[in-house]
Parts: sequence; structure tokens; C-alpha cells
Amino acid sequence: MAIRSHRRALGAVGIGVGLALTLAACGADQIDDSDDGDAGASPGGGDVAAGEADCAPYEEFGDLEGESVTFYTSIVAPEDQPYIDAFVPFEECTGAEVVYEGSKEFEAQLPVRVQSGNAPDIAVLPQPGLLAQLVRDFDAVQPAPEQVAAAVDEFYGEAWKAYGTVDDTFYAAPNSANAKSFIWYSPSAFEEAGYEIPTTWDELIALSDQIVEDNAGSDVKPWCAGINSGDATGWVITDWMEDIMLRTAGPEVYDQWVNHEIPFNDPQVATALEYAGQILKNPDYVNGGLGDVTSIASTTFQDAGLPILDGNCFMHRQASFYAANWPEGTTVAEDGDVFAFPFPTIDEEAGDVLLGGGEFIGAFNDRPITQAFQLYLTSPDFINARAAGGQFIPPHSELDTSVYESPIDALSAELLSDQSITFRFDASDLMPAAVGAGTFWSEMTAWIAEDKDDQAALDAIEASWPAS
Amino acid sequence: MEALSDLLLEPSSAPEKFLVMLIAIALFVAVMAVIVFVIDRPKNLPDWVAFLAFAGPAALLVGFGLVYPALRTVYQSFFDRTGDAFVGLDNFATIFTSQDFRTVLVNTVVWVILVPLMSTFIGLVYAVLVDRTRFEALAKALIFLPMAISLVGATIIWRFVYEFRPAGQEQIGLVNQVLVWLGLEPYQFIISQPWNNFFLIVIFVWVQAGFAMTVLSAAIKAIPDDIIEAARLDGVNGAQMFTNVTVPAIRPALVVVLTTIAIVSLKVFDIVRTMTNGNFGTSVVANEFYEQAFRQFNAGLGSALAVILFVLVVPIVIYNIRQMRLAEEIR
Repeated sequence: MAIRSHRRALGAVGIGVGLALTLAACGADQIDDSDDGDAGASPGGGDVAAGEADCAPYEEFGDLEGESVTFYTSIVAPEDQPYIDAFVPFEECTGAEVVYEGSKEFEAQLPVRVQSGNAPDIAVLPQPGLLAQLVRDFDAVQPAPEQVAAAVDEFYGEAWKAYGTVDDTFYAAPNSANAKSFIWYSPSAFEEAGYEIPTTWDELIALSDQIVEDNAGSDVKPWCAGINSGDATGWVITDWMEDIMLRTAGPEVYDQWVNHEIPFNDPQVATALEYAGQILKNPDYVNGGLGDVTSIASTTFQDAGLPILDGNCFMHRQASFYAANWPEGTTVAEDGDVFAFPFPTIDEEAGDVLLGGGEFIGAFNDRPITQAFQLYLTSPDFINARAAGGQFIPPHSELDTSVYESPIDALSAELLSDQSITFRFDASDLMPAAVGAGTFWSEMTAWIAEDKDDQAALDAIEASWPAS
Repeated sequence: MEALSDLLLEPSSAPEKFLVMLIAIALFVAVMAVIVFVIDRPKNLPDWVAFLAFAGPAALLVGFGLVYPALRTVYQSFFDRTGDAFVGLDNFATIFTSQDFRTVLVNTVVWVILVPLMSTFIGLVYAVLVDRTRFEALAKALIFLPMAISLVGATIIWRFVYEFRPAGQEQIGLVNQVLVWLGLEPYQFIISQPWNNFFLIVIFVWVQAGFAMTVLSAAIKAIPDDIIEAARLDGVNGAQMFTNVTVPAIRPALVVVLTTIAIVSLKVFDIVRTMTNGNFGTSVVANEFYEQAFRQFNAGLGSALAVILFVLVVPIVIYNIRQMRLAEEIR
């Protein structure tokens, strides 16, 4: 579930981002201009700032002076500034103007705008499922121009190109990504109690039991969780399921599940949900500092990990972007107040796996300015300028990870680029909207709030899978 | 010339769109002026020409803005998700057979029954109690105030009222704090089914009671003094006065208030959307329609829900209009 997550991930970083940008700008000032005009060829440069970008690739699109291109996204002020700043080199190269348009109603508005003939030039699509819907239902997205396809071949892995491909046509280049297979904890609390970071599911359960035992008689619980997220309530459990599915059934079965080659109520899926239930529906394990099992449904996902700070709970499974939700003054580091460890292995045979999400750049017309801007968004110049603003981790081969100030950003970037780890995209983002943004969320919510039976929930999701 | 047609048919920037809008308004005014001018000229015009000239443009606009979209929605409700394949009554079958949609329909019925009854009852009792007292204006203003708040705003206020924190922690919700003071356990108002529906309904009653009170209070004041005096001379007590004189005298106003509130509760959307997004078994038809049409892009199912809503509203609207006519005739 990337939409909300990412939007919120960018929330609350305002000051940090501002600071990082200021620093980046300072860095840029100090660099001498000796290699001007050729900067694009030099990899690495969170310090690539205005005036240093390689302008040559955009010349073939003709004279773009005075043209404008709209960039439509779900990210609104103040988190928009790192993007706007990263567009400056393009504007200086071409003399064109990039119009940034953020809307909190992005997901509902985009199809409406497309249908009414008022589509933006470029939109940041938070889910491959949405891209597929726009292509198949509205025939609205333009195939990526060959220059963009070539750049994606050069800078991104095949899997990422595949996520931007619908029915064998490549449409959308990847933008940013996030790593989801994390369990947040407090290093200091773990150290104090003498707990080790678990690396297998059995160790994770043993640790949970240990915590229950050590805190008998108090309200302290090993886990805290929250799935409330406005009209996307329930997505947090879909991430739990996906992380477990990937580790119990392995990446291949995971792909079959995503593509509905096995039914949603298949025994292998039921096993994954059963594992999730071992923690989420165990009254001894949840919901530290927040209430009983049903309080998971009423707690917003933003608040759900906070009891770690006051010692009411020890562990919280959430993606890297949860870093933005810790209150100001919290140190996010391996030796700090909070940090995250990778979701433990369940079945060795599944190998090293990582669940994540990402965003894609869709274009709604083929004007030269639109295509030139699409190309710019895949360039090392853009991704490094944007990454310097923080909270932006593109799976791009030229990404300079040294720009990240936050250790969790650096760790995520490292995991995402590690070729020995099998990456899989968030399943609910790939499924048809009726399931991935519909019944999968609502049934998982009922599974918690009404204690709906595992099989009944899975049967209901299977029944809702669209026929066409 | 080509540039001009481009501008008119495909305005690209906001100022251009405004320009096109102004041109359209000017055209409308010009056409109306010509019609009025032409109609006024000849003296012995046949009736149907005058009728057509005056009612025609309005009928045209209603046709394009209301009738066509309504028919189109009905048409779409017989088609699949994308509107490509004809599926007959499948969408309606889904709605009436699936467990989740049945919950939605039942919830809507509960809203339509409870909200008008509770709001009207509270409004009526309140109107009678404060009638001709010293604080009437202030008391009425207090209960009328929620009407001025948007439903989304009202829901956010009530979300804080219902907010839950586990026992032993500091409560931030008003009702749960009261429960804790009384020595009870805090309660999950938003999640505990089926009562959470009732707690959502309370919000709407809180908003609508002011409307009921205002209309009914006016009706009470319109009861002729001689009737009241005659009843007093007959020696009725307060309760008898209320049931035998006041209520029968304001019956038409009561019916109008009940049906009007029933119509708005059929269409209730904001409260459910803001508080639960239809989760925890609280969804209603209007919320589900939005969910299907605009979140899951299922045009067929969305249209079918809109049609059901329309079918449910129509009889109440007809009854409402008839009662309003009756009320006017009595006056």
C-alpha cells in the first residue's frame, strides 16, 4: 500500500528536509565548475544542483523555451519542496516551466480528470494496479518514449521495468521506492532487557513469549499495531500478509497469488494469514499501550508504533517510511531510541526476500516537453538532486547513498540495491482495485475488528476478484 | 480562425477557461434576450409558441443536466465494471445477495427510520418546552447552532467525543472520560457492532434536531390562540394539551419535517465517510456508491447503487410534496 504510506512518510519531515536541502545547497556552492556540462556522466552527486545538470539529452526534443509541463502527485506542501527544487536543473536546461500540482484526493481525482479530458501531462502513480487500470479502462497513458525506455534499461533492474509495463507495452518509469520488511524496536529497551534481535520466526515468537513472561501483571505487551488509515484502513495487515506469504510460500507462489493463478483462499494463503494471526490476534501479544485486539482497528497507523517510546510495547512491524512518524527529537539509529530490524525468515527455502513498494511516472500525452521531462525524471541528475532532500529512495543504479542523513534511509537503499535479495512488490498494489484497494483492506479490517474467521475473510476476497 | 476554435473547444489554461465561460454566459443572456424580445412582439401568438419559448430553454437545461445523466446512470447500471458488456440485472443481484451489501441496505433503512423519528421527537419536545419562556431565543440558538456546522466538521468533533484509550491510560474522549469517572470501562464506540451505527446516527440527530425544532416551533406559534384558550377552559393539563391540541394542529408540519429528514438521511454520506469510511459494518448506500464508482472504478455497481438510492427516495419525495401542498391548502 504505497499511496498513503508514502504521502505520510513525507509528512513531518518538513524541518529535516529543509535542513538537508540547505546543506545540499551549501555543498553545491563549494564545488568548482571545472567539469561543467559533463556532470551527468559523472555518477554520484547528491551535490548535483542547478546549473550542473547534463543538458544534452533534452536538445533532441527541440526548443522547449517557454513551454510548461504539469506534474501531478499526491504529495502536497510542505513535502513538495524537495521535488520543486530538484526540477530546477531541468528548467534551467530547457527554459521550460514545471508546474507542480499536489492533491490529497489524487487517487480519486486522476481518473476523473482523465475522463473529463483534463489530464495532467505527468502523474506520479503510486500503484502499478492504478497504471494498469488507467491503461486498460481509459486507454489514457502514453507508452514511454524510446529514450525513456533506454534510460530505464540502463539504470533500473528488469523487475522494476516490468512493474511499469502493461500488456507487454512499457509505460511508466520507476520513481521512488520503499522497503517494507521491517520491524521497529527500541535498541535501548532491547539492550536493557537483554533481548537479542530475532532472525527466524521461531525466535520472534520465543522473544514475544519472553516479553510476555517478563512483564506479567503489567499492561506492557510485546507488540503494538494499528491499521486505521482513513479510506485505506486495513492496508497495514495486507503488508503483514505479504511479508509472511513471501517467507512461507516463497517468491514464485507469491507471484501466482498476485496474478490470481492460485485462488485467494488457497491453503498457502490461509497459512500466511494464520501466521499473522499468531501475533495480531493473540491477546497476550497485542496491543501494548493501545488496548485489546480490536484497538488495532481503531488506532491510526501513524500512532501505532509510538508506545515503543514509552515502553508499553517492544515491536512494531512497519515500512521504512515509518521513520517520519517518530516525534521530533527521537533518534532513529542502530544505537538510538528506535531502529528497525529486517522481518525474520520463516522458511529457509524462500531465500532472502524483501517486500517493498514504489511509484511510477505516467505520461498522458506525447508532447516533446512531456517526453523531455519524463527523460529528466529518470536521469541521475534528478534522482540524486531529489534524494538529497531525504525520504526518496529510487532503485536507480546511479543513486549515491552517501547523501542520506538517516540510517534507515541508507539501510533501505542498501537492501533495495542488494542483488542477492529477492525483491517483491507490495501485492495489494498489483492486484485489481476491487481487491487490492477494496476487499483485501475491508476483509482484513473485519478480521481484526469483528474477529472474522480466517477462511470466511479469504473466501469473501476470492469472491470479489473481478471476472475480467 | 483555427486558433479561435482551438481556444473555444480546448481551452488549456485557467484564464482561457474563464474566457470561454464568460463567452458562454454572454451567449446564454443574448439568446434569452432575443427570445423574450421576439415573444413580446406579435400580439396574437398561439399559446404553444409562448409555452415553448419560455419553458423550452429550461426544459432543455433540465434535460441535459438532470434527465440525461439520470437515464444514463440507469442504463449503466445494467453494464459491467467498465460499461462495455451488458450484464442484465447482475449488479442488482450482487447488491441484494451479497452479505456485505445487505448490511449496507439494512444500515440505510435503520438510518431512515431512526434519524427522522429521533430528530423530530427531540425537536418537537424542545420547541414545546422553550415556547414562550424567557430564554426562548437563546435556547433555540443553542440547538440550532449545529446546523451551521458542516457534517464533516460535526463528525470530527464527535470523533473526539468518542475517542478511545485503554483503561488505565489518560482518556482524551469526552464520553469515555465520563465512563471512567463513573467507574466503568472505556468503550470502543466506533468499532463495537452493531451499536456503532447508533452512535453515528446520534451525530446526525444532533445536527438535524435544530431544523426540526425551528420548523415545528413556527408551526406551534401559528396555532390560533382561540383553540388553545378553548382547551384551557375545558381544563386540559400540559400533557393533554400536547397530545390532543398541539400535535394534531401541527400535523402537516410534522409530516414535512419527518419526510424531509428522511430524504437527507437516505443520502447520508459525510458522517459515515469521515468517521469509519464504511468499515466496521457501518456503510450506507451513498457511501458504498462513492466507494464503488470512484475508488474501485466499478461504474456498473456504482450506478446500480445510485439507482437503488433514487428508487428509495422517489416515494418519500412524492409524499413530501403532496403533504406540502396539503399544508398550503389548509392555510
